[in-house]
Amino acid sequence: MAAEHEAELRALAGARRRLALLLTAAMVLIYFGFLGLIAWQKPLLGRLVVPGLSLGILLGALVIVSCWILTWIYVRWANTRYDPEIERLRGHL
Amino acid sequence: MILTQAPVTSLGAPSLVAKAFFFLFLATTLGITWWAARRTRTTEQFYAAGRSITARQNGIALAGDYMSAASFLGIAGLVSLSGFDGLIYSTGWLVGWPVVLFLIAEPLRNLGKYTFADAVTVRLQEKPVRIAAAVGTLATVTLYLIAQMVGAGGLIRLLFGLSYEAAVAVVGAAMIAYVLFGGMLATTWVQIVKAVLLLSGAAALALLVLLRFELSPARLFAEAAARFGDPVLSPGKLVAKPLDAISLGMALMFGTAGLPHILMRFYTVPDAKAARVSVFYATGIIGAFYLMTFILGFGAMVLVGPDTIRAVDAGGNMAAPLLAELLGGTAFLGFIGAVAFATILAVVAGLTLSGAAALSHDLWVNVVKSGHADAREQLRVARLATLVLGVVAVLLGILFKGQNVAFMVGLAFAIAASGNFPALILSMFWRGATTAGIVTTMLVGTGATLLFIYLSPTVQVDILRHESAWFPLKNPALVSMPLGFLSGLVVSLLRPEPAAARAFAALERRATLGQAAE
Repeated sequence: MAAEHEAELRALAGARRRLALLLTAAMVLIYFGFLGLIAWQKPLLGRLVVPGLSLGILLGALVIVSCWILTWIYVRWANTRYDPEIERLRGHL
Repeated sequence: MILTQAPVTSLGAPSLVAKAFFFLFLATTLGITWWAARRTRTTEQFYAAGRSITARQNGIALAGDYMSAASFLGIAGLVSLSGFDGLIYSTGWLVGWPVVLFLIAEPLRNLGKYTFADAVTVRLQEKPVRIAAAVGTLATVTLYLIAQMVGAGGLIRLLFGLSYEAAVAVVGAAMIAYVLFGGMLATTWVQIVKAVLLLSGAAALALLVLLRFELSPARLFAEAAARFGDPVLSPGKLVAKPLDAISLGMALMFGTAGLPHILMRFYTVPDAKAARVSVFYATGIIGAFYLMTFILGFGAMVLVGPDTIRAVDAGGNMAAPLLAELLGGTAFLGFIGAVAFATILAVVAGLTLSGAAALSHDLWVNVVKSGHADAREQLRVARLATLVLGVVAVLLGILFKGQNVAFMVGLAFAIAASGNFPALILSMFWRGATTAGIVTTMLVGTGATLLFIYLSPTVQVDILRHESAWFPLKNPALVSMPLGFLSGLVVSLLRPEPAAARAFAALERRATLGQAAE
């Protein structure tokens, strides 16, 4: 019985790690993608989306917004899915 | 030729209001310290505020620990002089936080006690790892402290007209008082007060700017482009070499996850869930703050003008204070000046506390005394270390007067990204990590960063005025971080440590369930 719960615990830790790595990869792609555009696509970023707002400024603000969204996704998953499972297993172990 | 008008400003000749805000902040924070001192009797209280800080409080304190005067005044200044390029920094200073959340915060909280070395040494041989971690911590903290102290001296001189040495001494004395008497509890509340002041100050200023542009940032940017040309809205000279931008980006992104004074804050909350939620708050606050600095920068460019800003301070650091004076008069300038002062104090207090913890908890208690030191001795050594570190910081601040130390913050991030961060990742997530491997990672990461920065254009060309530099990158993280990881990987693979590998399952269990699981 205990062995079963230990296995469940490892699976849960694995699920957390996979989500953490996935979200980290997303963050790395977003930020270094932005830096890549700054480095190699300067004219593109200078293009205006609406008067006054260049694509570069819009994307920069979106990098900040994406940080909020990614952390929100993780915290929501961890608080509603991960924590209750951990608590349940803690009771058994 | 356009003659620039002499700037009309009361900067450097502080008004009564400025002095009042300044002393009000000092009195409040010293009052907090007095309150905290009576609740700081054990090592757990001194280093970790008795784990009594809530997730929301810690989130605000993390933001207060992290947002430096360099990012407030520096980014606003950079934007006011060069437009878009400042955004590269605004985003860079934030993107490390999600990484802290996903990879570090929870396992660190579950594995450790007071310092990040606690988490790294689990299952490894304590003494060598702690020595190496202390080297990484002290290198990061010292460089960061020098940059803050030199910045503080210059800023307070500009804002309040105090002499450089007196300014550094005032900052040093206040920071020693907070940490020495009030420990982590006082440090936390100083950081919370600072974060609230900084955020409300920046928000009020941004609102005053936007009120002139029908609350539309786009109209503000359009006005800037109309006056100073479209290039202010697109990437400019800052990123001349793509690899420089990517290297700096790596240092900022992964260095945040290896800063000892930030990591230490995760021990002040009761559990891993609180650690997690606190990063969520911190990311929200810091992101909002950097969005506002961008508005402030463009506001200063349009309303104050780059020529006036440059005339006061060539680096642009006074853009935000000048904007405050223009929009809100002397009183608002006084408030913003006090906010800048609070900002510096909160950061240096956090740095001093984490450096003191490395000296006392890691080196003295666990290496010299092999963990056998009673509570009284631990606390005494921690306070002594605080005092020593505080005095050293003041002396270094005075020693480096007039030097160009702006690069030292980037350097501190590069060391954190190349030594501390890889050591944490390898030791917490890789079964095969060994004592020798982790020690190698930290020493190679730290050493390579220092060597490369010395050989880089940052030191060779900008400071020593040589024609060229041997190492091409301004920030070495692009090379030193992979070196840190690889060296630890290779050494671990060459000489496996069976005991460490066997203990990995127990580490994973504890990283998931917390210390209570033992």
